[in-house]
Amino acid sequence: MRKRVIVDYSDRKWVPFWQRAKETKLNRSKAGNGLLFGLMFICGIFMALPLVMIINNALKPLDELFQYPPKIIVRNPTLENFTDLFVLMSDSWVPFSRYIINTIIITVGGMVGHVIVASMAAYPLAKHRFPGRNLLFNMVILSMMFSWTVTQIPQYLIISLLKINNTYLALILPAWSFGMGLYLMKQFMEQLPDSLMESAKMDGAGEFRIFWTIIMPNVKPAWLTLAIFQFQHMWGNTGGTFLRDEELKPLQYALQQIVQGGAARAGAGAAVTFVIAAVPITFFLVAQSNIMETMTTSGMKE
Amino acid sequence: MANKKLTIAKRQGTLRYQIRKNKISYVMLAPYFILFFFFTVLPVLMSIIFSFTDFNVLEMPDFVGWKNYIKLLLEDDIFMVSLKNTLLFAVVTGPISYILCLLFAWIINEFKGKLRAFLTLIFYAPSISGNAYVVWNLILTGDRYGYLNGLLLKYEIINEAILWMKTAKFVLPVLIVVQLWLSLGTGFLAFIAGLQTVDKSLYEAAAIDGVKNRWQELWFVTLPAMKPQLMFGAVMQITQSFAVADISINLAGNPSINYAGATVVTHLLDYGSTRFEMGYASAIATILFLLMVGTNKLVQNMLRRVGD
Repeated sequence: MRKRVIVDYSDRKWVPFWQRAKETKLNRSKAGNGLLFGLMFICGIFMALPLVMIINNALKPLDELFQYPPKIIVRNPTLENFTDLFVLMSDSWVPFSRYIINTIIITVGGMVGHVIVASMAAYPLAKHRFPGRNLLFNMVILSMMFSWTVTQIPQYLIISLLKINNTYLALILPAWSFGMGLYLMKQFMEQLPDSLMESAKMDGAGEFRIFWTIIMPNVKPAWLTLAIFQFQHMWGNTGGTFLRDEELKPLQYALQQIVQGGAARAGAGAAVTFVIAAVPITFFLVAQSNIMETMTTSGMKE
Repeated sequence: MANKKLTIAKRQGTLRYQIRKNKISYVMLAPYFILFFFFTVLPVLMSIIFSFTDFNVLEMPDFVGWKNYIKLLLEDDIFMVSLKNTLLFAVVTGPISYILCLLFAWIINEFKGKLRAFLTLIFYAPSISGNAYVVWNLILTGDRYGYLNGLLLKYEIINEAILWMKTAKFVLPVLIVVQLWLSLGTGFLAFIAGLQTVDKSLYEAAAIDGVKNRWQELWFVTLPAMKPQLMFGAVMQITQSFAVADISINLAGNPSINYAGATVVTHLLDYGSTRFEMGYASAIATILFLLMVGTNKLVQNMLRRVGD
């Protein structure tokens, strides 16, 4: 076993990237830093385009929204679009708070449940040896390659047979069993050294305890990433054919109804686009800043 | 009595004993795999069965044997065009997207803290903002006010505005460019997370062993340490590259001009959601599935050699 090395940057004061590279990372040349920084800057402008446009459109007054050819940058920013949106929201048939509650249940339920259920299944697949292990894992991988479009109808039939149609469960339960989450978690858990679990086993910890207190904290970057994917996916769900009752529909559906009001609602529509993007982005930023260097794995590999 | 049986089974190392011994593993697997069976395995099996039937969603399916497959592979010219487009698309965008994901994840990993989270957002923006196609529709507008046309006219590279998405020869190249711009998605975030879990002490050890610069460090230390994530990224890339459809439908329409933007999945959607021929659509899905499985086998074998 290699000697334990702890790399701890927490007491270091902030230094700009171009100065820092030399002291915190090994083998970094100035020219290389410059090259990479330049590349990031140029590409970054193109990649940020959709965000820039969403923000600017949301702030544009109507005459600028209808301008042709459209300009990207707003000239007379205003919050009118948001007040329009609030007016429209307040006179909807079902109280708007209802849509918000629905979305919270569906998004949080689908996300948290999936992360837990998929991680719990990924752990034995990554670390235990038992009959059927490869079969189960290969089934998950293969399932990701089958076109989702054609499985929708059988899935609808099964959901009807299980009598969970027109309930939140019709959206939440299928989301728990997505293949990608299990695969992602399994790949990260596979990397953890076996010694990590063995010492806990010696101390008498059961498998569930090992999973929850040792494995999960060590794969924090993985489940935070999975949470981002799942949040984005569930947030974008409009309920489709699975939720018929208006009182069960999620926010996404209600907001899209507003946009479909046509040209008269172009202003509110721009605000809607902003809101639809802003929520998952906020979640993304919170999760990404928490994907910090997990010190625990440092020096623990054999 | 049961105990005695078990000791005999244990001595023989039978399947029964193996299953009993690993009871806890199965308990942990159960919640996921029960749901997985109902919402994924069963629907996939049903779709494969539908592919041998004539099924219009409303009436009971009629068994027709291999008819759908024979029609698909021998008579459907548009399927051949869409298959050719898809393969071309996957061969070009698959590897490039994959390398871009890895490259940008690695560069971003050189940054720290809030700046890093912000840069990740900027590069992930096309995947999260939800208006990517709106942006490209503006850029590709066919009159002289479209951004791309405007730019090319201004510098006199072209003499008249080009209807980008209505000119067959431009459709596929443009879709490829847009796809590359959109490529920093699932794989990218998985790589970012993966880079976080690489053991830092490996870098110090490598420096002592004579690794001289960051490029060597990437090849000899980082990539081998990230093999599980590389495998994951490859599978995601394959499923995305072969299943391309949204981008074509949103930018070129379905059907696109002279089928220049037709892909296997747009063809499938045409039959599945427009014509309600689910049997035929399922046959397309099954062929696509086999194609992806084969490609996956090939790519996984290649990835095993990383860092050797």
